Amino acid sequence: MKNYLVRRLLALVPVALGVATLTFAIIHLVPGDPVIAMLGETAAPADIVGMRHQLGLDRPLPAQYVAYLGGLAIGDLGESISYRKPVSRLIAERFPATIELAAAGMLVAVLLAFPLGLIAGANPGGAGDLGAMGFAIVGISVPHIYLGPLLMILFSLDLRWLPLTGRGGIAHLVLPAITLGTALAAILARMLRQSLIRVRASDYMRTALSKGLSARAALVRHGLKNALTSVVTIIGLQMGALLSGTLIIEIIFSWPGIGRLLISAIGSRDYPVVQGCVLTFAMTYVVVNLATDLVYAIIDPRVRVS
Amino acid sequence: MIARGNPSLTIGVTTVVAVVLAAILGPLLFRADPLSIDLANILAGPSRAHPFGCDALGRDVLARVLWGARLSLSISTIVVAISLVVGSVIGATAALSGGRIDNLVMRGVDIFLAFPGILLAIALAAILGPGLIDLVIALTAMGWTGYARIVRGEVLTLRGRECVLAAETLGAKNSRLLMRHLLPGVVGPLAVQATFGIGGIIGAEAALSFLGLGAIPPTPSWGNMLDAGRAFLLVAPHLTTAPGLAIGFSILGFNLLGDGIAQKVGHRA
Repeated sequence: MKNYLVRRLLALVPVALGVATLTFAIIHLVPGDPVIAMLGETAAPADIVGMRHQLGLDRPLPAQYVAYLGGLAIGDLGESISYRKPVSRLIAERFPATIELAAAGMLVAVLLAFPLGLIAGANPGGAGDLGAMGFAIVGISVPHIYLGPLLMILFSLDLRWLPLTGRGGIAHLVLPAITLGTALAAILARMLRQSLIRVRASDYMRTALSKGLSARAALVRHGLKNALTSVVTIIGLQMGALLSGTLIIEIIFSWPGIGRLLISAIGSRDYPVVQGCVLTFAMTYVVVNLATDLVYAIIDPRVRVS
Repeated sequence: MIARGNPSLTIGVTTVVAVVLAAILGPLLFRADPLSIDLANILAGPSRAHPFGCDALGRDVLARVLWGARLSLSISTIVVAISLVVGSVIGATAALSGGRIDNLVMRGVDIFLAFPGILLAIALAAILGPGLIDLVIALTAMGWTGYARIVRGEVLTLRGRECVLAAETLGAKNSRLLMRHLLPGVVGPLAVQATFGIGGIIGAEAALSFLGLGAIPPTPSWGNMLDAGRAFLLVAPHLTTAPGLAIGFSILGFNLLGDGIAQKVGHRA
């Protein structure tokens, strides 16, 4: 396990460096002059020179790159143009909201997926299977940008059960979490069904049944456990969709996370904030992926060796 | 075409054909102008003249949904086609070169994959600004890696087969190996991936346009229609329903089609 961990951490270094390089490139890929793009055509020359100096754009590219990486190493993401605050502080203030949303979305996904997957996988081809999988394919196909407003119309405007937007208690979290988690729930339910069907055909299930275990006990005690490994893999693979989904959800529900920060920074051409948010999203994803792989290695020892 | 015991394929083909026909024939049959502003009909509900009602500027929603279908389907087809070609070439090159080049390419793919979901497309759209060509570039940058990985994986597997080894021993060049022996084996998984890919890009395009990073208003796109409809959820929910269902149905169609093809060719994407 220790070897595996070290190997995985080492493999992380080039990816992290690549991600940092790409986010560094953001401001340099802006067509024309990024400073004029930020300040506008009518900006005073002195302001342009000042801004260029503040962003370090008046230095040679290699020096900028080294300074950028050096800054990252100590958690310095530069200063926001519109907020006039360190980018790292803006992100730190909003990061918990985004993680809260993502975690709630994941919880919804798992809570929905297990019953659906079990119903479908317990009796493939039956009415329960058809219903659960029909729900799943619709769940995968409904986009966030429609599901969100739909839930708002139904539960906030018509029934008035839940608040429309903003962040507060659990009530504020319900609709955003359902919007975010539904597609993942559907994917997980399909996966769980698939693996249950595969597991049911296996020798150890036949053994368990011939030992006299009831079908239900065999399925839950032996089947579910083995089906879980592929579910964990899918959760890891889908974390990307979940994380980038928060971006859209935060806009729909005015959720004060880094997704909304990113989109508003794009609108105001606040490039240091754009860079910081993109980097934070990517690095969070990379770390979450690593964590999933480690969980996977714990569940399934075979992974560590290969 | 339509297989027994494969309802996904049947329903998928039907839905996709319906959506494609709506995009091609819709604007020809229903001739309302998607851009013409009619202040007398602001937020009007569905009527005979305007079956899906009118938006906040009195523009016909059905016309805008049909024109939006053209935009959505053409963008997603173009993006998937480019991603497929670029990804396949890169993946095949990596697999056939092996060693250092393969390593380098796959590390590059890893870096692209470190940007979750549509984040890379959002970042690129943020740099390039809104507009259709920039939208295609942003979505392609996000999409090509999947094809590269599939082609690389399949080529590596197929390379070990006897028929390919035999051809190699007989002195066949890489290009011939690729075209005659490796490509046919890759077609199935690529078809599955591309079909799901079109659905995925329809969603991603809508999301980017929703965020104001895609099609520029007044060009009708499902994403910017949903965005515009958000302000009128209570008074005019039809502004949200029409483009929302259009996106949902299109993605559902391509997902079912992808499922159906996967069942048929025996490959999971």
